[in-house]
Amino acid sequence: MRQFVSILKKELADYFFSPIAYIVIVIFLFVTGWLFFSTFFLFNQASMRNFFSLLPIIFSFVMPAITMRLFSEELRQGSYELLITLPLTHRNIIVGKFAAAVAMTVAMLLPTVLYPITISFMGDLDWGPVIGGYMGAVLLGGTFCAVGLFASSLTKNQIVAFIVSTLICISITLINEMLFFFPTQVLDVVQYLSADFHFRNISKGIVDSRDLIYFVSVIFISLYATRLSLAHKE
Amino acid sequence: MIHIENLTKYYRDFCAVDHLNIDIDRGEIVGLLGPNGAGKTTTLKMLTGYFSPTEGDVRIKDISMSEKPLEIKKMIGYLPESAPFYHEMLVYDYLLYVSEIRGIPANKRFDRLWYLSDLCGLKGIMHKPIGELSKGLNQRVGLAHAMMGDPDILILDEPTQGLDPNQIVEIRNLIKKISKEKTIIFSTHILSEAEATCNRIIIINRGKIVADGKKDEIKEAAGNTTSLHLTLTNANPEDVLRELKTVDGVDHVRIERQLDESTVSVIITYPSTVDLRKAVYLKIKSMDWIVLNFYQEKQTLESIFHNLTLGSYKEN
Repeated sequence: MRQFVSILKKELADYFFSPIAYIVIVIFLFVTGWLFFSTFFLFNQASMRNFFSLLPIIFSFVMPAITMRLFSEELRQGSYELLITLPLTHRNIIVGKFAAAVAMTVAMLLPTVLYPITISFMGDLDWGPVIGGYMGAVLLGGTFCAVGLFASSLTKNQIVAFIVSTLICISITLINEMLFFFPTQVLDVVQYLSADFHFRNISKGIVDSRDLIYFVSVIFISLYATRLSLAHKE
Repeated sequence: MIHIENLTKYYRDFCAVDHLNIDIDRGEIVGLLGPNGAGKTTTLKMLTGYFSPTEGDVRIKDISMSEKPLEIKKMIGYLPESAPFYHEMLVYDYLLYVSEIRGIPANKRFDRLWYLSDLCGLKGIMHKPIGELSKGLNQRVGLAHAMMGDPDILILDEPTQGLDPNQIVEIRNLIKKISKEKTIIFSTHILSEAEATCNRIIIINRGKIVADGKKDEIKEAAGNTTSLHLTLTNANPEDVLRELKTVDGVDHVRIERQLDESTVSVIITYPSTVDLRKAVYLKIKSMDWIVLNFYQEKQTLESIFHNLTLGSYKEN
C-alpha cells in the first residue's frame, strides 16, 4: 500500500510539475466546451446529454495521450530496470500508474462541473443523468486509461503506444455505430463489447450492474495484459 | 551469504550464462571480470531479480529468488550500467521517492538523505534535475540510490565506466569506504580497477567461470613467473640465446624482435621466487654486449586475463 502511494504520488507529480497536465486539460476543455455550447442554445434544452455523448470519441484521443508515456518512457530510458529491482511488486507499479492516470481524468473532468451548475440557473436541470454521466465518464476514462497503459507497456516508442491505444479505444467506441454490418445472431454480443453502449446507459442515469461489470472487467483484463506484457520483457 | 546455483540464461539459442556456481561470503568485495559479452551484466541482472534465469536459482541468506523475490530485493542495492534515471526529476525528489519505496520511516528520511548526500558528495547538487548532471555525478546519485535502504549487498554494474581518472579514484574510494560493512559485487573490464578494490576476483568468459579466487591465488594458479625484458646491441642473436640459457634458474629465453643485424630484444622468464637480474647483468658484462633496455615485469592480471579469455576473440 505504501509503495502504491509512492508510485501514485510520483506519477501525479510528473503530470502536474510538467506542462503535460495543463496542456491536456486546456485542450480537453476547449474542445468539449466549444462542441457542446455551439449547439446548446439551438436545442433550447437544459440538459447535459450532448456533452456526455461527446466524451467517448474525445476520450479515445485524450486518454492515450495521458497514458502513452507511463511505461514507454521507463522502458526507453532504462529506468524500468531500477523500478523492477526496487522492492516493488508488479501490482504496486501497474495499479499505481493506473490510479495516477485515473486521478488525472478526474482532474480533467472537474472544471466541467461548472457546466451543469450554469445550466441549472438557466432552466430546470435533471441532476440524475448528470451524476450518472459523471460516474460513467470516470468509468469510461478509467477503462481507456487501462487500455492505454497496456499499449504503453508494449513498446519503447510513445507514438506507437499512442496509436495502438487510440485504435483500440476508437474501435470499442465506434463498434456501436457499425452494428448494421453484423449478422443479427451476434448483434447482442457485439453491442455488449461496445464501451459507447454501456456509457450511454449509465449517462441516462440508469446504473445497471451489467454496465458496471463491463467497465470493471475491461479494466481488469487490460491491467492483467499489462502484467503479462511486462513479464515477457524480463 | 549469496549462493548461486547452476545459474543459466539463454537468449533464444545463445547461451549467455552457462551453469554458474558461486558462493560469496559476507564482507567480500568481489570483482566480476570478463571481456565484453562474457555474461557479466546478465549474471548481475539475474542476481538482482530483473531477469529470470532459464535454469538454476539464487539464494541469499537461504531465501530463494524464485520463491520470494521481494524479500531478496529488500536486501540488495543495485546500480545498473550507465545509471538510468528520470531526467526531469530533481536529485532530492528522486532520492526521497526511493526512500519512500524502500520503506524508510518519514521521520528518518531526512537524516538518511543527509547522510547519503554527504557520503556520496551530492550536497551541492540536490536541487538540480538529474538530466543536467555530468556522468560522474549521475553515477554518484546511482550509488546513493543503491545504498538508500542500507542493503547488506551492493551490486554495481561497471560503476566507473565513462568516468575520468579523478572520478574513478573517487568512486573507488567510495566503494572502499562502504565496503567495511557490506558485501559488494561489481563488474568491470578495467583490470587495475579490480586489482585495486577487490579481495576476490572471478573471471568469466562466455558465461563460464575461468578463474576464481584471491588476486594472489589467481596469479599462482596461472603459473607465477617473472619476465625480464632486454634489448642488447653489439650482439649476435645465436650467442645471446645460447649464453643466456646458461644462467642458473632461467626457464626460457626467446628473441622477441630483431631490430637490426646486431641488436635484439629478448625476453627471459623465470619463477617469481628468485631474482635473476644480478646474474643476468653479470653475464652480459662478461660478454661485451651493450645494454639498451633492462626491465623486470611480474606477471600481471592483464596477462592472465589475456591468456584466459583470448580464445573468444580469436574465434570471433
